[in-house]
Amino acid sequence: MSSALTPRERMKLDRQKMPEQDPAARARNFAEVNLGFPEQMALIEAERCLQCKDPRCIKGCPVKVNIPRFIELMTEGNIAAAAQSLLDDNALPGVTGRVCPQETQCEIECIRGNKGMPVGIGYLERYVADWARNHRDQLATSKAPPTGRRVVVVGSGPSGLTAAGELARLGHDVTVYEALHKPGGVLVYGIPEFRLPKKIVEQEVERLQAAGVKIECNVVVGRTYTLQELREQFDAVFIANGAGLPVFMNVPGENLKGVYSANEYLTRVNLMAAYEFPRADTPVLVGRRVAVVGGGNVAMDAVRTARRLGAEQALILYRRTKTEMPARVEEIHHAEEEGIHFEFLTAPVEVLGNEKRWVRGLKCVRMKLGEPDASGRARPEPIPGSEFIVDCDVVVVAIGTRANPLLTSTCPELKLNRHGNIVVDEQGMTSLPGVFAGGDIVRGAATVILAMGDGKRAARAIDTWLAAQPRPTPSAG
Amino acid sequence: MHRVVHRRQLSPNVTLLEVEAARIAQIRRPGQFVIVRLGGNAERIPLTIADAHPAAGTITLVIQAVGKSTRELVALQPGQAIQDIAGPLGHPTEQIDAGHAVCVGGGVGTAVVHPIAQGLHRKGVNVTSIIGGRSREWVIFEPELRALGDVIVCTDDGSYGRKGFVTDALKDLLTTVGADIVYAVGPVPMMRAVANLTRPLQVRTIVSLNPVMVDGTGMCGGCRVSVGAETRFACVDGPEFDGHLVDFDELMDRLGTYREFEQRAAQCADGPCRIGLAAPTAA
Ligand SMILES: Cc1cc2nc3c(=O)[nH]c(=O)nc-3n(C[C@H](O)[C@H](O)[C@H](O)COP(=O)(O)OP(=O)(O)OC[C@H]3O[C@@H](n4cnc5c(N)ncnc54)[C@H](O)[C@@H]3O)c2cc1C
Ligand code: SF4
Ligand code: FES
Repeated sequence: MSSALTPRERMKLDRQKMPEQDPAARARNFAEVNLGFPEQMALIEAERCLQCKDPRCIKGCPVKVNIPRFIELMTEGNIAAAAQSLLDDNALPGVTGRVCPQETQCEIECIRGNKGMPVGIGYLERYVADWARNHRDQLATSKAPPTGRRVVVVGSGPSGLTAAGELARLGHDVTVYEALHKPGGVLVYGIPEFRLPKKIVEQEVERLQAAGVKIECNVVVGRTYTLQELREQFDAVFIANGAGLPVFMNVPGENLKGVYSANEYLTRVNLMAAYEFPRADTPVLVGRRVAVVGGGNVAMDAVRTARRLGAEQALILYRRTKTEMPARVEEIHHAEEEGIHFEFLTAPVEVLGNEKRWVRGLKCVRMKLGEPDASGRARPEPIPGSEFIVDCDVVVVAIGTRANPLLTSTCPELKLNRHGNIVVDEQGMTSLPGVFAGGDIVRGAATVILAMGDGKRAARAIDTWLAAQPRPTPSAG
Repeated sequence: MHRVVHRRQLSPNVTLLEVEAARIAQIRRPGQFVIVRLGGNAERIPLTIADAHPAAGTITLVIQAVGKSTRELVALQPGQAIQDIAGPLGHPTEQIDAGHAVCVGGGVGTAVVHPIAQGLHRKGVNVTSIIGGRSREWVIFEPELRALGDVIVCTDDGSYGRKGFVTDALKDLLTTVGADIVYAVGPVPMMRAVANLTRPLQVRTIVSLNPVMVDGTGMCGGCRVSVGAETRFACVDGPEFDGHLVDFDELMDRLGTYREFEQRAAQCADGPCRIGLAAPTAA
């Protein structure tokens, strides 16, 4: 395909449809749903970009990836340069190309969306990233000379990994401490294999290690080391421990057998591979009818997991309607294709159990939408006397997470907001000099790309901050 | 990797492993635990730190073989290794500074009581331990506890020490000598019985809970227990709680969640099998 298409010719090209696994088949396996563009489709999709003079897509991207540039390089047949350009802006494009809500970020801004479909920016990002992962040797890696400064990163989610990569590139000696036995944060324990293959995260981690980042698992900061100790042993600290504390519904019966937080359910299945039980040792209750409470990505991941584990019926209970669901449009669409049931305007008020204290159902109340609340979304209000029962034998609560106080509670000097999130300045620095923070621990549960953006910004701020600090006088020898 | 440096069989199904974990050995305090994962596709399991040797850089774990994972752990021989050990987790034991403390240990719980008694003894508290087992061969940690104070041994069959339950001995002790605080660690029914005994006597009672755990960092909520009117996460808020406030029935019930799986894992241990995918339904 030549790059000499006229705008009119470009406008004639239809958005390419992502090849995916057949819904009936994939509802029974954990393999990735989206199969990725073959080269031909990727190039056609790239040609759809109009190379706007004032590209709006970039403004929509939280980390301002230069979208038209990498797409243009693709159309010029220079995929290596496209990859280089993309990687300069985004450390984990193979992840974001799969999990970003493009439809509310870059693609919603794309001019082509005014008439017809926007450019499939996420799909192209994924295409280029996957190429890059398989052609590392064709990519230049720049690394600044060692600075002799030691930086510690707490948490190996997208924020921590991005910061670590950037800090290493800037020449610092980086150590990452991770509480769990495997690095990746939500990318390995939360987001399922069928949406983000664990292999991709593993390869990204290996790349960081090859670039000199040391990752130590099983280190729970706040317990194994205090923050104070880290401050003494390292020149700077970046805290990216996420927002991992599950919120429960606080209704009667929530401690019956068969009630899970989404974190527990997904961790058992993803991190601990319970779907392979008994080949993996960690079990998970499968259930014939699984009810998932919530309407976000986490709820969608849990309910689609339930289906894949073999639930005859997997359903979503959400207190607003489909329009208000915070989950990505693609996930809702995929879930529908996979036979997931949705009960909208529904809120559980009690978990019902049988005589052996196993879940047998959820007592719910019908909601109606009232005036908009602080978030601008219509506030759901219960309709009196509308109680009804949803039969189920497993309940997964996916109504949100909060900051985990494990680390912060051991360091009272660290300033928190009233939700328990760490307060930072524009540079990402906390109330403690040399201690930076980013990702969900600062924002509350947010997105992968925002967490990564924080990581990159903090890495640069740490670099600047370190440069301004006097060096300890080198000891003899 | 954490090498096993020493292994000792304490009772027919309880094994002591001393493993390398230098950092944890240095800083752990009585009452804290670790999450251990053997490797491969193994589970994460919580184990109390029974003792630590900072100079040697090792910690002592006392493991009761109940399911596949614990059986694999106790089969480890010196020189073999555990892949993951995270910790020390949980809050250290709330200790008193003076007076008389009674430490009640049942079965493998005696190993958990040991570091608590050790900590109290170091502070100069007068410690009496009451430990029990089915019969003589099931009584563990007796010599170690004798070094810290009086020990009353109870066996169900009377083959050693006094015949009967630890609660009987505790009752006698409380009505004669009395106590400022009671620590009880063991099977749930034992801890419940101790709490029921001390509640009317208003003797402060601390129990160490052992719910199902996954991460041990407060991330999953699987370890939730009801204490008073509140839901607490045992891994980060505990593992020790006021025994008078704990809902033991709920704890006991939740501990049964995966019993069926344990049985299946045992049946499938010899070959590939997919029955894990059959729904264990609310029978
Ligand atoms: C199921 C699920 C699906 C999601 N889907 C999407 C999606 O499609 N798109 C999207 O953009 N976002 C999605 N999100 C949100 C996104 O994953 C998060 O916003 C993002 O992962 C936050 O990154 P982070 O690096 O701040 O924290 P995390 O990814 O949470 O990583 C924190 C890490 O720190 C570790 N840690 C915690 N405490 C300590 C400690 N004391 N010491 C050492 N280590 C510690 C944790 O174990 C963890 O590995 C989803 C979230 C979930 C749970
Ligand atoms: S807005 Fe759309 S068409 Fe314009 S540069 Fe961005 S991706 Fe290309
Ligand atoms: S074990 Fe997961 S929160 Fe306690």
